[in-house]
Amino acid sequence: MSDTKYTYAVARIRALEVSLFSDAFIEQLLACRNAEQVLQSVIEKGWGGMDAGNDAEAVLKCEEEKAWAVIRDVAPDMRVFDVLSYPKLYHNLKAAVKEVYAGMKNPAMFYDDCPIPGEEMYRIIENRDFARLPGNMGRTAQEALDLLLHTGDGQLCDIMIDRAALDAIEEAGRQSGEKIIADYADTTVAIADIKIAVRSQKTGKDADFMRNAMAECESISRDQLIRAALSGAEEIARYLEGTSYAGGAESLRESPSAFERWCDNRMIETLKSQKYETFSVGPLLAYLVARETEIRTVRIILTGKQNGFSDDAIRERIREMYV
Amino acid sequence: MSELGIVYGLLGAAVAVLLSGTGSAIGVGIAGQAASGVVTEDPSKFAKVLIIQLLPGTQGLYGLLIGFITLSKIGVLGGGLADLSVQTGLLILAACLPIGVVGLLSAIAQGKTAAAAIGIVAKKPDQFGKAMLFPAMVETYAILALLISFLAVSGIQV
Repeated sequence: MSDTKYTYAVARIRALEVSLFSDAFIEQLLACRNAEQVLQSVIEKGWGGMDAGNDAEAVLKCEEEKAWAVIRDVAPDMRVFDVLSYPKLYHNLKAAVKEVYAGMKNPAMFYDDCPIPGEEMYRIIENRDFARLPGNMGRTAQEALDLLLHTGDGQLCDIMIDRAALDAIEEAGRQSGEKIIADYADTTVAIADIKIAVRSQKTGKDADFMRNAMAECESISRDQLIRAALSGAEEIARYLEGTSYAGGAESLRESPSAFERWCDNRMIETLKSQKYETFSVGPLLAYLVARETEIRTVRIILTGKQNGFSDDAIRERIREMYV
Repeated sequence: MSELGIVYGLLGAAVAVLLSGTGSAIGVGIAGQAASGVVTEDPSKFAKVLIIQLLPGTQGLYGLLIGFITLSKIGVLGGGLADLSVQTGLLILAACLPIGVVGLLSAIAQGKTAAAAIGIVAKKPDQFGKAMLFPAMVETYAILALLISFLAVSGIQV
């Protein structure tokens, strides 16, 4: 019975959702005196592992791996999660292309918790074995490497690969056949486009630059966004007010960090309805995104405390929790 | 002709048991998947999720009950086959249909509701009583079908 193939997975996720951090616990973390106390609090909640010890970065990495391990364990089909693994996969591609071009090798530049880990990606690019890459990634890798070898322009190479990542996410969303995955992919691409528009407006980039960097998506018009970005920050906010991303307009006027926070909150908002689903892949996706948001929030608090930020300054960057 | 009557009567018993039993097996299976998911992460909830998992199993028992009554009625149980006319055989078959069809569909629906209710127990074990009520509501319609099948089979003069 295909409509019940996620029953076991969703029930297991429901049991795991109990241990997700609530907004109240995040407030407790904020009230900690220093980063060590924050780390201790999350370790007491079961974060980290035997190998991670008291190293904050190792604890956070361990949690990311745990979240993916659960999904790999319960998901009947991992392909629907491509939308989540593509950012890391394309990051690895970007890092590998640049390292092969520069003739150096730095394992710290890569993610290992994705379908093609750093070492393998480096070898693929070094040997120009592009056929081993999934989908259109091979063509993108070849073009990006050739571009970098001919022009030496790292930014152009970044734009090409980032754009390919957005196209791949959008395509994976459409191909998944799951509405929630398609919605998530569309929101991801739309938010990335909005961020590109905002940054391009600030740095005075032209329409061609933005057209090359932005991907097409259903929920916003790329051309209208580009036109708004060319007219100024206020025009971007005004354009967003007429879309389903109206909340972003207000945060955009407030501050860049408020806008970043709104972007993550918008994702969580998209996924909150999945708390009431029992037979679809949605709760699995929501759990993964919730875990990523949780880990990002703890990282923000840790970094804020380490650098002596005030509680208010950290709070402005705190993301909304899923539970 | 009388041989065909007994065949219809036996078919009625088979329909009651087969359909409702199949529905219960699917329903308990669906709920069982959800129960396994919860117990994988939290074995302490075993007893609560087991009770909810068993709820879609009742339709199979109702079908069994009607099957027994029908078999007794037509004399398959207790020796001596009754001499049934085709008309009486078809009446018995029709009498068995409510629990068969409603049993099949309601057990599947109840299994899905039970899986959702197990999700409630996973997150809020203190709400177990309320979680039980949602799949239990589906039971109402299986009981109504049982009642009609029971009255109909009992009322047919052999």
